[in-house]
Amino acid sequence: MIRRALILYALFFGLVLIVGWTMGAPFTARLLVETAAYALIALGLNIQWGYGGLFNFGILGLVMLGGFAVTAMAMPVSTAFWGSDGPWLIGRAIIAAGIGALLIIGAGRLDRIGFSRGWKRTFQVLAWIVAYIGFRTQIDPAVESIESSVRWIGGLGLPSWVGWIFGGVLAAGVAWLIGKVTLGLRSDYLAIATIGIAEIIRALIKNMEWLTRGTLTVSPVPWPVPLPQAYQADGISVTDSFVYARAGYLILVVAVLVAALLLVQRAYAGPWGRMMRAIRDNYIAAGAMGKDVRARQLQLFVLGSALIGIGGAMLTSFTQIYDPSGYQTIDHTFLIWVMVIVGGAGNNFGAVFGGMLIYLVWVMSEPVSQWLFTRLSDWFVSLGWAPIPEIASRALQMRVFVLGLVIVLALRYAPRGLIPEVTGRTRLDEKPTTKTESPDPA
Amino acid sequence: MNEAIFFLNNAVVPGLVIGSIYALGAVGITLIYGILRFAHFAHGDLMTMGGFVSYLLAIGLAGIGVSTTFPVAYLILPVAIAITAVAALAIDRMFYAPLRARGVKPVTLLVASIGVTMMIQGLIRLFFGTGTYNFFEATPKVIHQIRLPIEGVTRPISFTQPQVVMVLVTVAVVIALHFFLTRSRFGKAMRAVSDNADLAQVSGINLRMVVRITWIIAGGLACLAGTMLALDVTLKPDLAFNIILPIFAAAIVGGVGQVYGAIAGGYLIGFAESLSVFNWAVLLRPFRDQLPDWLPTNLAIVPTEYKLTVAFVILVITLLVRPTGIFRGASL
Repeated sequence: MIRRALILYALFFGLVLIVGWTMGAPFTARLLVETAAYALIALGLNIQWGYGGLFNFGILGLVMLGGFAVTAMAMPVSTAFWGSDGPWLIGRAIIAAGIGALLIIGAGRLDRIGFSRGWKRTFQVLAWIVAYIGFRTQIDPAVESIESSVRWIGGLGLPSWVGWIFGGVLAAGVAWLIGKVTLGLRSDYLAIATIGIAEIIRALIKNMEWLTRGTLTVSPVPWPVPLPQAYQADGISVTDSFVYARAGYLILVVAVLVAALLLVQRAYAGPWGRMMRAIRDNYIAAGAMGKDVRARQLQLFVLGSALIGIGGAMLTSFTQIYDPSGYQTIDHTFLIWVMVIVGGAGNNFGAVFGGMLIYLVWVMSEPVSQWLFTRLSDWFVSLGWAPIPEIASRALQMRVFVLGLVIVLALRYAPRGLIPEVTGRTRLDEKPTTKTESPDPA
Repeated sequence: MNEAIFFLNNAVVPGLVIGSIYALGAVGITLIYGILRFAHFAHGDLMTMGGFVSYLLAIGLAGIGVSTTFPVAYLILPVAIAITAVAALAIDRMFYAPLRARGVKPVTLLVASIGVTMMIQGLIRLFFGTGTYNFFEATPKVIHQIRLPIEGVTRPISFTQPQVVMVLVTVAVVIALHFFLTRSRFGKAMRAVSDNADLAQVSGINLRMVVRITWIIAGGLACLAGTMLALDVTLKPDLAFNIILPIFAAAIVGGVGQVYGAIAGGYLIGFAESLSVFNWAVLLRPFRDQLPDWLPTNLAIVPTEYKLTVAFVILVITLLVRPTGIFRGASL
């Protein structure tokens, strides 16, 4: 298995060299940075799905939260906002939300002081309604006032890497909430519920212009390492400056990826990892052995989401622009799933490899299909037919098809992935156990 | 009275229309879930595909010189339904049947259906680009207006012809489906398989036949819903991908595997969406003199830009409070 992994990784770097040779060094440097960030996100999903069998289809929302965290931390402080009465209005809305939350929690505890179930339900619903109306009465004027005067509240002016950490923390916090609510659901319901929650997060980030600037986009997000412009100021040529700056960024991302990979791998090989796999493979038996199944699953969900959030933060600060309308379910949820399935769910090196390989395929299928279409079009013309119109925009759509094909083929012919999970380490000489399916908690 | 008509035009009619679409989609999803036990994510793209099949046929008919006073899409709908049903069968044969034969978990089929989603989307965008298409290039969309003969009423009740057709077709389909499931041999077989597949098989029910009929019905309904939606708004490649989640919400709210539940869920979600973004302050306008000043001018329950989240919120609440749905569908 180790030899197979090494060969595959070597093949991947061979591919990268070919790409570097055809597309140039700056492009390859960008590709590698994004590849490493996606590999970190895939590692996060592998913790949730590979270790725990949890169906997180809400990756999009977590990645967006990571990106928002960077803008909130790293963008310059808006003195206009802090000088206006905006902070006081927002503070009042937060107080209203807090009182509402207390009401809801209080209504949920009414049975302890002798109210019947029916009354408790009634008061719970009433508490939700009162809390919602109370919050709306405070937040609506605040939003109107901020959006009409200072547009948005700005950032905190902290370094970019603080934003990365905050991205992980924010995603983990939201994942804790999501997990608390949904982890009791059966697998396919969990998938649909998490997709729905991701859509809610997207709608919120897109429309809360006072907080996120919404579709007006935030840029330029600062880098934690010197920008190409800094190198150019030192008299280095434009092409080289991009390579140097992106290489600096790459070192940082790869350092985070390697650290995460090593830590996760150590945890996986230890008693904690064995417990997680026991819960995944048979949660009833694990529960009977005294493991707190729900709490452990929540732990995995939060941990994986933190990595996804950090990955999302890295992507946003790298592209320097935060555009909520640039996030699509296909690019940010399904793509990650393909990475983990193709790479090998349950194997960290497999997930990271899948992340790198699939991102390469995803990016390169556009120029490759453009090249193919141009050839095809020329051939059509030579046959006397009309050329293919709008080749550029059509080629872009090909990668969606390619990705779909990859999923279906992988499920059919390599359901355990390219670098599968190692099961039954004591019997390495025998054929792998007849486990054909990725496990499922239900 | 004008306010009531405004309410009718801007909340009831849209709710009824989008509810019909959701209901038609959710019936397909719930049937597939009942028979094959997996959440068919590619259903939305089956709908889009149906819309595009209808569009191609309509263009083809117009190309050979057929001209009608009504949108030509109504004429070719049966053919388009047949083509989409065959496509659904082919998709099952190529992508789901091999996985089923290996006895995979339902969730693997869900992931496979995501792959199918992306393939259909990629192909549609490859051939049609990302632009929008309109069925009403040759014939204009007919708008019906009913003026009430009451003093002081200035607004007419208005709706378009496709909307009427859509609601009528949905009602007809629901009745037909009811008789099919309760009276016909195949319908009874489908219900038996949905209740207990093993027991149905030992009683001599041909499981492969039931699966085929399920795909034919689901594909046909998807084409119908997709075409109807395209007639109501416009046809675009991400037409149904955007409504697949509300449709899932409808199926789950109604109780997965329950056909009547799916219909009820579809209308519930449709009305919930249109009523929650409706500005209720309009209804209070006749009493505006008695109302206090602090009342805001916009009393919509959620701002319009969050319309899409309504379905998800209902979905999440249903999953938490009553996971079997209204009609006690497949339990957790």
